[in-house]
Formats: sequence, C-alpha cells, structure tokens
Amino acid sequence: MSEEKNKDNWPLWEVFTQPKSGKPHEHAGSLHAPDKEMALQNARDTYARRNEGVSIWVVESKYITASTPEDMGPFFDPANDKPYRHPQFYSVPRAVKKRS
Amino acid sequence: MENQEKLDEFQARIDAGEKIEPKDWMPERYRQQLIRMMSQHAHSEIVGMLPEGNWIERAPSLKRKLVLLAKVQDEAGHGLYLYSATETLGIDRSELVDQYLYGSAKYSSIFNYPTMTYADICAIGWLVDGAAIVNQTMLARSSYGPYSRANVRICKEESFHKKQGYEMLAKMADGTPEQQKMAQDSVNRWWWPSLMMFGPHDSDSPNSAELIKWQVKLKTNDELRQHFVDRMVMEAEAIGVSLPDPDLEYNEETGHWDFGDIPWDEFWNVVKGNGVMNRERMKARRNAHENGEWVREAATEYARKQKLSQEKAS
Repeated sequence: MSEEKNKDNWPLWEVFTQPKSGKPHEHAGSLHAPDKEMALQNARDTYARRNEGVSIWVVESKYITASTPEDMGPFFDPANDKPYRHPQFYSVPRAVKKRS
Repeated sequence: MENQEKLDEFQARIDAGEKIEPKDWMPERYRQQLIRMMSQHAHSEIVGMLPEGNWIERAPSLKRKLVLLAKVQDEAGHGLYLYSATETLGIDRSELVDQYLYGSAKYSSIFNYPTMTYADICAIGWLVDGAAIVNQTMLARSSYGPYSRANVRICKEESFHKKQGYEMLAKMADGTPEQQKMAQDSVNRWWWPSLMMFGPHDSDSPNSAELIKWQVKLKTNDELRQHFVDRMVMEAEAIGVSLPDPDLEYNEETGHWDFGDIPWDEFWNVVKGNGVMNRERMKARRNAHENGEWVREAATEYARKQKLSQEKAS
C-alpha cells in the first residue's frame, strides 16, 4: 500500500472487548483513529454501545504478528505427537468409587 | 495461480461449512464479489442515515427524538463494522469511500425514495429494517468470517430498529382518522420498494448462483422475499393496515402468500440513478465528506500535539 494512496487513512486499530470481568478479551473488529486515546474512544462508541464490554483493549494492527494459514499443519503439529499430555492417555484402576 | 486443485480445495472447505478468514487463500473472484457486496452494504448503512436524520428535529416527542438519534447512530456503526470487515480483504478504507462518493459503487436503491411524512419513519422501521433483518440474518451465516461476524453484530441492533417502527405504526394505525390515513399512505408507498430490496428475480440476478455456490449468500432473492411477505402479511393484519397489492392471496398448496407483479421498471430506473432522491443523496454525502475534512484534520493535529507534549514530559 503506497503512502499516497493511504494519505487519508488514520492507522488501523484492532479492538478487543471483555464481555464481563473474569472473561477473556475477544476481538470485536477494527477501526481507524489518529492515536490510542481516540482509538479507545471510537472503540467505545462503535463496539460497546450496548454494554458489550466492561473493558476494551486497542492495539495498532501493525503490531500484531499472526500465524499464516499455510503454517496451519506443521506449526501446530507438535501437539499431535504428544498424546501423553492428555489425561485420556493414562489408564488407571477404577478403584476410586464414590459410595452413596 | 488459480489452478483447479486449489479451487476444488476451496470449494470443499465451503461445502464443509468452514468459514474463510482474511489470510486464507481464496479465489480472486470470491474476493472481488465480497468487496463489491460488503462495501455496497456499508454504503447503504451510511446513506440510510439521511432520510431519517431529516426527521430527528421534527420527531413528535423527546422520546421519539431519542429513539431516532440512537437508530441513526446505529446505522453509522453498522457502516463502520462493514467497512472494517471489507478492509480485511486488502482494500483501503479511503478507496472504498472514493468509489462510493466519486466512482461507480452502488448502495441500496431504497434510500433514493423521499421521506415525506413522519409516518414514513414508522414504515421504514417496519418494512425497510424488517427486510434488512431477513437479509442480514442470512448473511450472519455467510462463509466469509469477518462479514458473518459483522452481520451478527448488526442483527442484534437491527431488531430494535424494526420494533420501534412497528410500534409507532401500530400507534398511528390506532390513532385519529388523520393518523390512520398517514400510516396507510406511507405503507402504500413503501411496500413495493421494500420488496425490491431483495434484488431482482433469481432468473435476472447475475451474481446469485455464484454467491450461493460460495455460501456468501445462503438463500436466493426470491426465497428471502417470500419469507418477508409471509411475515409482513401477518404483522399488517395484527395492526390493521392493508398492503397495497390486490393479488395477495394465501396459497393453501404452498403454505405461502402469493403476491402480485413487482414494478421492476421503476426499480431499474432508480438503480440507474433516476430515483426522486438519487442526486440529492449523493450531493449530501459528498458535502458531508468534504465539509467534514476539518474535523479529520483537527483530530490528526490534536493527536500530533498530544504526542509532542507527552514526549516533552517524559
């Protein structure tokens, strides 16, 4: 994207809202704003008009590094060959029974 | 680049009901169709603020002013969600706005009709937002992740729009003879245009088959239109307004309401830019954009100064 073409656009920000305390922040969408204060303000106006959040994070999109879809297989592969990380891997005697 | 193998793989993902995310591989045509459709949807939300904004000052009570203000603010929000979602396809916001204000991008023809009385605001809420919900509920299940999520968000707000319109229309239809006449007159004028909102007949809709194959849309224009008619007939009966179509008749066999011929000549005329309000709407949008330049400049300048003073303080 050339500078010229982008001249009217403020930086892009990603918005994350936390629906209530104790819940994780979730991606809500994105917006343009000239700085972080205004990004936060715009995020409140755009993505939380109906109590969608008790907390908002904004982060400039360019600072997000993401895995690529092509990575999908190999990148997450190591999880599959370590079944011993899961409790189902282990067999134990069924001795521990709850008595009623 | 777009070999058959990749296309098949893409189609298989779609058929399996998977969502496509911004960084996933997608056919160029899929990307272009989405940009066209999503930006058109965004432009429509934005231009939709005009016919209603026109009535904020003249709404009959403080309550109705508040409701209308909130509704217009929501439309702006919907436009923003959709622009953001469209940008994930690799197109710049300013380019989308340019195509809209100075290029050939379209918006929904429904907004090229004038709002002549306050009853029109009621009818728009009921019919136009009612039609929009039918469409957007379907689009909330669209195959493109960001579009689907934007529509989920929109639907949550849209049902307030429809309900406030229906409530007001019901009140009017139950009011003085004058109010009843106003309500009926506005329904008469908005009924056919709201049926046209679903687009041309399936047989005349060049994009439909492709969009359905890719699950961008899940139902055809005619299917959605029928769903809308079935619903609205019941809702009209419930508040005692009549729909201006002598051919409306319940079909025992299909379980649906049959309806008369849609005046398509008028539809195409409005699409081509000859509606009552086409020129005025575009003029108002361009004015808003150009005369709002100073606001954007001021915000940029404010941000620059804030940054400077923070740097000095540290």
